[in-house]
Amino acid sequence: MSLIDISGNLLYIAFFCYLIGTFLFSGAIKEKNDTAASRAEKFGKVAIIVTIIGFISHVAYFITRWIYTGHAPVSNMFEFTTAFGMFIVLSFIVLYYMYKVAALGVVALPIALLIIAYAAMFPTEVSPLVPSLQSHWLTIHVITAALGQSILAISSVAGLVYLLKNVNTKVRSFESIAFEMVMFFGVLVIGFVVATSTFSAMNYEAKFEYVDTLDKVSEVTYTMPAIFGMNEYKELSEDKMTPIKAMPALIDARKLTTVFWSIIFGSALYLLIRLVFRRSVSSMLQPLVKRVNSQLMDEIAYRSVLIGFPVFTLGALIFAMIWAQVAWSRFWGWDPKEVWALITFLYYAAFLHLRLSKGWEGKKTAWLTVIGFLIIIFNLVVVNLVIAGLHSYA
Amino acid sequence: MNKLLCECGHENPEGTKLCQKCGRPLSEEEKDKKIADMRYEGTAIRSKTYNKSIIDKVWNFFSSVKVGIALIIINLVVASIGTILPQEFYISVATDAEKEAHYSDVYGWFGEIYYALGLSDVYSSIWFQVLVLMLGVSIIIASIDRGFPLHKSLKNQRVKRHASFMKRQRVIAEGQPAKNADETLALVEQKLKELNYNVRREDQSILAERGRFSRYGPYVNHVGLIVFLLGVMLHLVPGFYVDESMWLREGETRAIPGMEGYFLKSDKFILETYDNDPQGEQLKQGVNVVAKNFQTDVTLYQQKEGAVAGQADDLEVIKQYEIRVNHPLKHEGYALYQMDYRLNELKSMKFDLTHKETEESLGQLTIDLTNPEDEYELNNGAKVKLLAYYPDFSGFKDGVPQTATASPNNPAFIFKMFTSEKPEGETSFVAIQQTLEPDGENNYKMKFVNVETRNMSGLTIRYDRTLPILFVGGIIFMIGVAMGSYWNHRRIWVEQLADGTVHLAAHTNKNWFSMKKDLDKLTDAAHLPQYVDQQESKIDEQQELEDK
Repeated sequence: MSLIDISGNLLYIAFFCYLIGTFLFSGAIKEKNDTAASRAEKFGKVAIIVTIIGFISHVAYFITRWIYTGHAPVSNMFEFTTAFGMFIVLSFIVLYYMYKVAALGVVALPIALLIIAYAAMFPTEVSPLVPSLQSHWLTIHVITAALGQSILAISSVAGLVYLLKNVNTKVRSFESIAFEMVMFFGVLVIGFVVATSTFSAMNYEAKFEYVDTLDKVSEVTYTMPAIFGMNEYKELSEDKMTPIKAMPALIDARKLTTVFWSIIFGSALYLLIRLVFRRSVSSMLQPLVKRVNSQLMDEIAYRSVLIGFPVFTLGALIFAMIWAQVAWSRFWGWDPKEVWALITFLYYAAFLHLRLSKGWEGKKTAWLTVIGFLIIIFNLVVVNLVIAGLHSYA
Repeated sequence: MNKLLCECGHENPEGTKLCQKCGRPLSEEEKDKKIADMRYEGTAIRSKTYNKSIIDKVWNFFSSVKVGIALIIINLVVASIGTILPQEFYISVATDAEKEAHYSDVYGWFGEIYYALGLSDVYSSIWFQVLVLMLGVSIIIASIDRGFPLHKSLKNQRVKRHASFMKRQRVIAEGQPAKNADETLALVEQKLKELNYNVRREDQSILAERGRFSRYGPYVNHVGLIVFLLGVMLHLVPGFYVDESMWLREGETRAIPGMEGYFLKSDKFILETYDNDPQGEQLKQGVNVVAKNFQTDVTLYQQKEGAVAGQADDLEVIKQYEIRVNHPLKHEGYALYQMDYRLNELKSMKFDLTHKETEESLGQLTIDLTNPEDEYELNNGAKVKLLAYYPDFSGFKDGVPQTATASPNNPAFIFKMFTSEKPEGETSFVAIQQTLEPDGENNYKMKFVNVETRNMSGLTIRYDRTLPILFVGGIIFMIGVAMGSYWNHRRIWVEQLADGTVHLAAHTNKNWFSMKKDLDKLTDAAHLPQYVDQQESKIDEQQELEDK
């Protein structure tokens, strides 16, 4: 077994540890009577140990891949996203030892799991570095930025726990519907993972020829049955699904198809859950956080932003500017990723200022952290994959 | 100016919420509150006090945190709109008409609107810059408005505070110590010192304080931001910033634009590629699929002193360097970057002066396409004159050949061939795969033999004197943010009355969890009555109501 295979297996081990950890943490907070208190504590202890084992395995994946490739494994979508998941778990472990709240694990670990599963949908091959990435700043900038983002993400974990406890899911209100939408969004990510793995297990591949925005003929390979066809497409593979509708050149129909299938699978999954349990997802999860101290959650959410904000600024703006100056001769170029790093910075700056105003605590803070996490995810997914720019790698 | 006289006899400036000396609430609004508003320590803030003249109104507008947040959000939204479609500077067309065409061709009606609204160049637009400037003004005014009063009140804190101040803090305790009542204050003092608090004691009152400097964090980071923004603005001042670019062909020596008295010679351009196959998404995206290294080996020359500007004869070698991406050549504050390249540009063309029928050659000539000679001498007294040269031939206009650019992309020539057979000369227009003979049939022709090519490096020359300023601004900002984020200001007031009753009040600007840990230790060590969090009990009550 080569080093890269070992590395891959270590990531699997980490994934399963986090999965087990999630269940153990739910066991730790699901307590029915007083005699269960000691049992809960035991569950909590085992849960954090399993999580730490998973994290060590995750770090080992990172290091072995680093040794194998010869550069910090943060150079493409798969590597960056797994590293992001790793730092989320790290932030969670630190937070757990600071506040000892098991309920955080029930939200943080599934988020990490979803992120790793999402990462695994990208090509995992080792790719050589293009000239602009051949720099120590790759290591310094990307790792600091990812760490900062993961600490900020942890604030939304606390925010979600807060909302889970404090949003009244029994009443139909704007808030309860919005919160259920957040849950639905999580199910959609599972839908993406299920869709991608299903079609890749079937080895689905359909080739098309199409005309791009600059009137050039190019070729594209779909790994999912084509719902949407590229501009003036021509089928090259036989016996594959014919697109239902052709799209104008501006729209990447292949990505749109992926989004469509993810929504189909995710919605089906969501409907199934609703039909089987006859309850909203948020109300199902609500009992898990019954004993949580709301004010502590609010404080954790605020504090994570306070801790993550300077780290993010350092990594995603200052180090990024230094590198941009060295590689591209300018420290700032209004590249989409640069702009979105600035937007994230401005958003959290606004968050910190709002916190000064009266009344922006509790639910409002919790919602702000959730929106912040959506911005981070947007930055990771849409800006890298959809918007063209210097960071459109992977 | 009106003064507010507190019951304790202290005169406070107008607008004060909490008496500077004893902490009694002074305004009616403040008196109604269960928990005192401790932001800015209840001191008078200019923007909250005066609202008469225009200056007051402008000052109040910019000092408002709400306005500041609104400005942040507006900047954020505008910046995000600019990322929907690529900005103009990422599109490689030159004129406005071409830009407009590009947006409507590639992005349809949406692109047309985007361009028409000026969103395709939003970051250079005046109104975006005005927005950033307003944010900068807001940062400065808000900092002055709040920073100085805050500093004053933090500096002049009294130890003893009035009971109404103590009672109206978020965390309070009141009652008899469980034991050792006569030692309580000594125990409190000792424990708090152990916990690294600065302890001040006056009679029966104690003020313990820790991490006060973190309150200055926001003001420090605002100073950093202002320095940074100033640095950015200095780019506009001549002499602070140079941004030039040049194309340099292999073997060529050229004066460096923007870098007076320096010349650069390209010894070689190297493009290395990975020999493996590009994979996965990398291939689909087609971004630098296989490039491993772009490199220009250069020699940097400087003119000797007293040389005429642009004179390239008498040069002194300064250094040799391999300019690569991430490895610019640096000299005297200037930096030269490897930015672009063009492979296989035509360098020279070789022709053979041949008799059309006999195929007899009168000799060969090589034309340097960047610097062609006027006349070429050949064997047996034959010669060729180059009457005209069109480096980038683009067709005829009114019978006259045109050139599109000065780069030898599609060279065309008008030759006059002098031979013993035709001593008065024959004219011939020669372009790639095209020959015209305007004066009728010629006897001789210029037969194409071969072509030599070479590579070209696109280099950028930067000189940026503002970098140290930006760097200092960035460092100040980071220090300020770290001060404000990683430390917090904790204060504990303790007072023991004659009957032994202890009053305790505690305040922190953030991180109440750690503050309470400190209080737990203190309560334990000095046998104090259990403290209560007035805000938490409020939330619990609320929640119980909701649950019902």
